[in-house]
Amino acid sequence: MTLPASAMKPAPFKYIAATSLAHALALKAQHGDDAKFLAGGQSLIPAMNFRLARPAVLIDINAIEGLAGVRSHAGAVGIGPLTRYRALQRDEALTKLYPLIGEALPHIAHPQIRNRGTIGGNLSHADPASELPAIAIALRGRFRVQAAKRERWVEAKDFFAGALTTDLQPDEMLVELELPSPKPRTGSCFMEIARRRGDFAIAGVAAMVTLDERDACAEVRLALCGVDETPVDASSAADGLIGQNLSEQALSEQALSEQAIREVAACLQKMIAPAGNVHATADYQRHVAGVLAERALSTACQRVQDGR
Amino acid sequence: MSTRTFGEPVKRNEDRKLLTGQALFVDDVELPGMLHAAFLRSQVAHARILKIDVSKALQRPGVVAAYVADDLGAYWQPGPLLVPPPPIKDIVFNKRTQVPLAKDKVRHVGEPLVIVIAESRYVAEDALDDIDVELDQLPAVVDLEQGLSDGSALVHEDVGSNVSAHVHQSKGNYAAAAAAADRIVKRRFRYEHGMSSPIETRGVVAQWNARANQMTIWDTTQAPVFVRNGLAGMLGLNERNVRVIAPFVGGGFGPKIMMFYPEEVLLPWVSMKLNRPVKWIEDRLEHFFATTQERGQIHDAEMALASDGKILGIKDVFLHDGGAYDPYGLTVPINSQCTLLGPYVVPNYDSTFTQVFTNLPIVTPYRGAGRQHGVFVMERLLDLAAHELGIDPVDIRRRNLIPPDAFPYNNEIIYQDFAPLRYDSGNYEPVLDQALEAIGYKTFKDEQAAARQQGRHLGIGIACYVEGTGIGPYEGAKVQVQSNGKVSVATGIGTQGQGHFTVFAQIAADQLGVAVSDVDVITGDTDQFYWGAGTFASRGAVVAGNAVNEASKVVRKKALKLASDLFECSEDDLVLENGRVSIVGIPQKFVKLGDLASQANPMRGAVEPGTEPGLESTQYFGPKMGATANGVHAMIVEMDPRTFELKILKYVVVHDCGTVINPMILAGQIHGGVAQGIGNAFYEKLVFDDQGQLLNASLADYLLPTALEVPRMELGHTVTKSPLNPLGIKGAGEAGAIPAGPLFAQAIEDALDLKGRGVELLEIPLSPSRLFELTRKAQR
Amino acid sequence: MDADRHEITVSVNGIHYTRHIESRLLLSDFLRHDLGLAGTHVGCEHGVCGACTVLLDGQPVRSCLMLAVQAKGHEISTVEGLAGKDGAYHPLQQAMHDHHGLQCGYCTPGILMTMTAFLDENASPSEDEIREALSGNLCRCTGYQNIVDAVMTAAMRMRG
Repeated sequence: MTLPASAMKPAPFKYIAATSLAHALALKAQHGDDAKFLAGGQSLIPAMNFRLARPAVLIDINAIEGLAGVRSHAGAVGIGPLTRYRALQRDEALTKLYPLIGEALPHIAHPQIRNRGTIGGNLSHADPASELPAIAIALRGRFRVQAAKRERWVEAKDFFAGALTTDLQPDEMLVELELPSPKPRTGSCFMEIARRRGDFAIAGVAAMVTLDERDACAEVRLALCGVDETPVDASSAADGLIGQNLSEQALSEQALSEQAIREVAACLQKMIAPAGNVHATADYQRHVAGVLAERALSTACQRVQDGR
Repeated sequence: MSTRTFGEPVKRNEDRKLLTGQALFVDDVELPGMLHAAFLRSQVAHARILKIDVSKALQRPGVVAAYVADDLGAYWQPGPLLVPPPPIKDIVFNKRTQVPLAKDKVRHVGEPLVIVIAESRYVAEDALDDIDVELDQLPAVVDLEQGLSDGSALVHEDVGSNVSAHVHQSKGNYAAAAAAADRIVKRRFRYEHGMSSPIETRGVVAQWNARANQMTIWDTTQAPVFVRNGLAGMLGLNERNVRVIAPFVGGGFGPKIMMFYPEEVLLPWVSMKLNRPVKWIEDRLEHFFATTQERGQIHDAEMALASDGKILGIKDVFLHDGGAYDPYGLTVPINSQCTLLGPYVVPNYDSTFTQVFTNLPIVTPYRGAGRQHGVFVMERLLDLAAHELGIDPVDIRRRNLIPPDAFPYNNEIIYQDFAPLRYDSGNYEPVLDQALEAIGYKTFKDEQAAARQQGRHLGIGIACYVEGTGIGPYEGAKVQVQSNGKVSVATGIGTQGQGHFTVFAQIAADQLGVAVSDVDVITGDTDQFYWGAGTFASRGAVVAGNAVNEASKVVRKKALKLASDLFECSEDDLVLENGRVSIVGIPQKFVKLGDLASQANPMRGAVEPGTEPGLESTQYFGPKMGATANGVHAMIVEMDPRTFELKILKYVVVHDCGTVINPMILAGQIHGGVAQGIGNAFYEKLVFDDQGQLLNASLADYLLPTALEVPRMELGHTVTKSPLNPLGIKGAGEAGAIPAGPLFAQAIEDALDLKGRGVELLEIPLSPSRLFELTRKAQR
Repeated sequence: MDADRHEITVSVNGIHYTRHIESRLLLSDFLRHDLGLAGTHVGCEHGVCGACTVLLDGQPVRSCLMLAVQAKGHEISTVEGLAGKDGAYHPLQQAMHDHHGLQCGYCTPGILMTMTAFLDENASPSEDEIREALSGNLCRCTGYQNIVDAVMTAAMRMRG
């Protein structure tokens, strides 16, 4: 990334503190792409300080009631977009239901960032290295998106269009992340490699394994971050695991499941197109994506037994 | 209350101001009517300047002025050469120094083209967008070997090549040694050192007071006296009319002593022209280009050995990336050349280097100042030789150490202080033994095997180095007892966190029998002390510390003389402690030091010829040459054999810097140096593309180690006093940062059994991805 | 184009300030230059180094990533408010002094704000927990070891 070698104060803009969701959406409808929502600001403000982002209008949504919090309703959990990472980390009920979220949060930047950053901001920003988009896909989440006169649902897997690009239209805001109720007998594991804790992921893997009553593998969810322009749903790489016996005994005997898991990783490596960056070559990214997939899958299988 | 504080871990005088947010840093200076500067900097590495049009910027409300090179008239000139080339036979040196604003050509990304002055930094940055610049881009010189080849673009056309300097030094006869050798080990090594990245970037505030004919400059410089002298000359002012203040400075590490930065030259000129104070604070993005840095060298080195591992000779030919300009002369590569010899007997040495002009930011010393590069080559050659000869890597080092009775040891070649490299003192084997003991070297092989059984890959590294410290030219100190009994110490160097306010206070406190907290140290203000060089090259404690000692001794003598006159007794009957002079055995017969000071400045009575009023003295100390410190670092790491992630399990430093003034402050210096060494070895890499663009110009991508990457360190020390100064001290500021490279290479090779797999680590920095690529290449 | 200005009232260290400021003014610059509270330092302006850390309603945040206008109605705490009115150190300030946890002191205010808030929530932290909490603050001078020791000591003293 080459930057103009000169600026670190934001360019001028008009600031409006929205008083309600309707107010915010009306403003966004009026200004379209000339306006950006300000939630936590932990991604937007650095970009503005570098003058890489120069919105003419900044709509501060932090004062809007009802946009933060976790609600359960009819077999699903809804998370408001203004819910801060810190609140998610401390929500024991939530992280118990979705351990992938709890396991990924410590990898997101640092405590000061997590005190302000929001899940809605993270998902809307769609950084290719971001963990939560991949996890939303692994969990089969869907997003409620609202405009002034319109509301629609988008599956997580359809939301991320490219690097820093989502399905959001110029007049829309992400207003809810909905996660389906977790299935019983499910174990999950999130693992990431970064140069330092909290840095952008060189590769991250979210793995979730569900067994049926006879310990046969019923479903595997696999999603990766950091290895492509968007999060990658690599669940089909694990098709060969479906029906396999993944009981405690089978795992302790290791041989069959180790080979099966290695095949999943090898298949997954073919499904991603990492570009490499200043910290890692594309081949290294692909290599560690495979290693993490093996390790995360194994751990997820072990954890089914612990009820995790 | 004891007054013997020398050698004690005395807590710091300066802490309160820093802990309560009351310390003045340059950006804290607020002056009525102050304007703000921003720079338009080149976004390409090499180009001819066709046009710069600032007219639109001048129309923006809030913009007061915008200047280009031509606006400076005769004031525009290339900066001075700070360090001339040393007196070495047949040396080639092409002096090309940086300019205040680019004229005709830009030679690195970030070189300033325009300075904009506005009511706020925000508006000044807005105005940068208004400036119309046309550049004719040229191919950039980035690769060192390509830069020296025929047909390469030229950074300075009038030089005719990209050779900034060429130096050959030798001692003995390497060719003969090689002919007689049982083994020659030859490799190409690449070593890159990175950016200092202090948490405080640079900054300058200039305030011209036309009525008082006084220019006051606040500057994050490590060398306020030189900056004052140079700027006075440039501005056509008397030195006495210029005051440079280096207040609290948030980390220096070397690049803040480089001068004259364009911003240092321009801000005072602007202030005079506009008759208003002006401030410029470097932002972090600018810091990547506008402040000097270190970068890389390529060494083709060989070592000739006997079969028992004794070094017969070393030959080294290396290229050094100097950047677009060479104001600092050859300090960095000379340090590499000299420090390569290390604590070992090297009877024959032939070393040649070429300093290359590149279209990259200027290279000047950053903590270690080129020593790292030399130490890497030596330590790696020893490891490679050990492996080939079947000798333990520690044994091969031990066999070659300079014995303790060989000092002063003459290495003959010329060092950065222009004198032949002589080690003044040293006792190396105990340092090595202490380090081996502390890291558990004897039992490690068993631990390693046991860990491997559990699938864990542990490895160990040991590295030795010698560090030249405490060089001249000199420093001075003025010590003065005030009427209230407090002691004032002023010296010309600047301070960036090394604890000068405490260490110098300890020295004075011991001589004068006062509490350390009653000694007020002033540094970095040219109005308070006129003379000096600066804080660099691990010399502050040695040189300024000794000056403080000399001045304190004189004041002590004066105090005793005055008191002996007062009590009509011999000076031998007096004791100076707890802030008073009293007669031995009769504590009730005393006079307070402050009262003695008052009495020395009488309202009546003459000061006799040959005497001075007051209890004060100014003394200078100039060491004949540098004092040589040394150390050994040892480290145990654990590697993930598949992802190549690294975790440091144990880190030991044993260091000898002679007499220790404050062990707590010394330990802090070592900790900080090691952290920077870890960054250098495994995290920090400046990634330039082939057009000279820096691809990781942010702290998100230029990776400074955090509390999770820097381990707990165990420190030990031995004391071999330097005979070169009365206090017997040697410098310690850079020691922690020097040997990390070879340490990591050795430990990683050991953990992953790379030698057995045909992989050699001959480069720094390393990273998990790089290790993956290197091991893959070897498997082919 | 006229600058977009707003009137804000902010409470900083318990004192209310009312100012008329431009919307793009960063909270870090507002504290330092508009309010003259220069103890909060600026190191990077892109949210990495942590030198600018202040407390927003008791939680550590990076003041370079907030607009001053967003602080309206909130309580900000800076390093100037840490010590008692009589100058008595907060236990962490005292421990940092005792353990030589600062050298140049530039990163120190940010570390003090981060770690005092951390200690308020973690009375008995382990070394690993301390290092993790500290990982969002860069220090180039100390190598962190003495800072970790200072936090340990402060925790112990605060537990009584």
